Amino acid sequence: MRGKLTLFALVFAMASLLLAGCGGEQKEEKKTEAPAAKKLVLGVAGAHSGDLASYGLPTVNAAKLVAAKFNAAGGVNGMTVEIAAQDDQCKPELATNAATKMVSDEVKIVLGHICSGATKAALPIYLESRIVCMSPSATNPPLTQSGEYPNFFRTIAPDDAQARLEVDFARKLGLTKVAVIHDKGDYGKGFASFCKDFADQEPGMEVVLFEGVTPGAVDYSAVVQKIKNSGAEGVIFGGYHPEASKIVSGMRKKGLEIPFMSDDGVKDETFIKVAGKYAEGVYATGPRDFSANALYKEAVEAHRKEFGTDPGPFFPEAYSAAIALLKAVENAKSMAYDDLIEALHSNYVETAVGKIKFDGRGDAEGVGFSVYQVQNGQYVEIK
Amino acid sequence: MDYFLELFFGGLTRGSIYALIALGYTMVYGIIELINFAHGEIYMIGAFTGLIVAGVLTHLGFPEGSMLVIALTCAVIWSAAYGFTIEKIAYKPLRGAQRLSPLISAIGMSIFLQNYVMLAQTSDFLPFPELLPRFAFLDRFSGVLGSSELVIIAMTALVCVGLSLFIKYTKIGKAMRATAQNRKMAMLVGINVDMVISATFVIGSSLAAVGGVLIASHIGQINYFIGFIAGIKAFTAAVLGGIGSIPGAMLGGLILGWTEAFATGYVSSDYEDVFAFCLLVLILIFRPSGLMGKEKTQKV
Repeated sequence: MRGKLTLFALVFAMASLLLAGCGGEQKEEKKTEAPAAKKLVLGVAGAHSGDLASYGLPTVNAAKLVAAKFNAAGGVNGMTVEIAAQDDQCKPELATNAATKMVSDEVKIVLGHICSGATKAALPIYLESRIVCMSPSATNPPLTQSGEYPNFFRTIAPDDAQARLEVDFARKLGLTKVAVIHDKGDYGKGFASFCKDFADQEPGMEVVLFEGVTPGAVDYSAVVQKIKNSGAEGVIFGGYHPEASKIVSGMRKKGLEIPFMSDDGVKDETFIKVAGKYAEGVYATGPRDFSANALYKEAVEAHRKEFGTDPGPFFPEAYSAAIALLKAVENAKSMAYDDLIEALHSNYVETAVGKIKFDGRGDAEGVGFSVYQVQNGQYVEIK
Repeated sequence: MDYFLELFFGGLTRGSIYALIALGYTMVYGIIELINFAHGEIYMIGAFTGLIVAGVLTHLGFPEGSMLVIALTCAVIWSAAYGFTIEKIAYKPLRGAQRLSPLISAIGMSIFLQNYVMLAQTSDFLPFPELLPRFAFLDRFSGVLGSSELVIIAMTALVCVGLSLFIKYTKIGKAMRATAQNRKMAMLVGINVDMVISATFVIGSSLAAVGGVLIASHIGQINYFIGFIAGIKAFTAAVLGGIGSIPGAMLGGLILGWTEAFATGYVSSDYEDVFAFCLLVLILIFRPSGLMGKEKTQKV
């Protein structure tokens, strides 16, 4: 009797799962439908639910706003733009599902995915079906640099671009010996490793110390001594502001007045507040400020009007990516894969993050980072 | 040689702070055989009290010299009140219970205090004013031993000596030693054991508050989470020295501080914690009761 009950429960559960699956699919089909002659479907993939939804949903909003803008101006090559959203929750296994769905719906251009891991999982599927994919937020360098995915583009600078800028700037300051310190975290250590590699390749530049500190440790005096002992002429730190302010104030208290450079985890007002007078003169790289762009202002205004809130993370990048994709269709005057790729590589487009074009690897030229320095208690961009 | 000295003093400073916090762990354990996991949070609350008091004093325009004294006093009183209350709320009702219950209650208290401070204050890092005096004559040596390090080391030494004298010569100190030896017997000879336990919590919390204000002023920042790591390190120091033993806690703190400083200086800061905890494991293998702990035979 018990066995039968369990069996029944199992069958029932499976049946309901199946039903749920069908229901979902029907709903999706209604939304997307096969692209008729007069429709251009812009796929949007990313985390639209789950704990990372706050990173993915601004992209959907951006796509909606851009689509509405193009439609109001008569569409793209006479086609009305439609949005087809697919949720991947930033999980690679769901990203492949989302990608397969895009393929079966015959979507030709996809805005997304959001997370690097999910993007990497989806890209081979897009490549096989010759679909163009553009991410507003996947910063993992190999996605473009490996050269495996000619169909992939992004409107955000990859992680190593910041490290490149950091090392170039150290060079400009005339440093020959640098100490590279990180916080052992994914972001901090990744950044620091890139800095170390670039500095090693740089002729006449030497990394005299490469070490990780433990976040939250009582003090960093030993590391500061070590920096001093290593004879470094400057410090590059990868990580966030609490550790940076402890290290820099320790250095200054020990009379170590060498330049301190860090990443956008430190380009934060809290750093200046906490480190106080010791923050003065610290360099940090951070995303280029594009709040002065007319299109950026327009996008934020449109978002406030349509959704009643300020846009979330990666919104300007997503807005720009949507424009770049639709403009590519316009410029290519076709939906063929090769034409689209060609159009993305060769035409400059005006976007919220500035006037951009994509380089041979798919990274947007023109977006990126700037160096800032703390001067009189605030970050000032160094031109 | 300079490098060695620099690391030595760096380790000594850090070790002093560990020792100050570890004393609270060890005293409480010595008396009621409970590991007070909320002790790290008392240290954090001490630092926050110091910050708030210093803020108010700056606003009122107090001279800098008096600020450290007032901030320290307030932090000590406030933290002592917290320690006293925690014992009454979280441990006293469980005194007859199995040993696991007060331990879990302690962990609960620790999490509660962290979240309480986070909500009441902020989860951000806050700047802490430099309260420690600066000595001009030390500026030449600031690379080796700065003023704030010297103050921390001296204050810790002072506090430790004071505590030893207190325990050795005062009436309540004697009562504490008696209670630590045998609680039931102490009760029979007329010692108010509840009072002794409260006094232990009050003293331990005061020492932690001193440590909190000193280190916060030294590194210049605090947030609600600083008690966690400092607490774990101090607990390690207490076990290293032999939990329950007061000189053991001091020795354990210093040894831990030096281990970390020299591991960072001569090997790599990547391995700072690895060396610290390897040392703990080694000592526990060869001397299970810690460096200065006494082995007790437990009757079943």
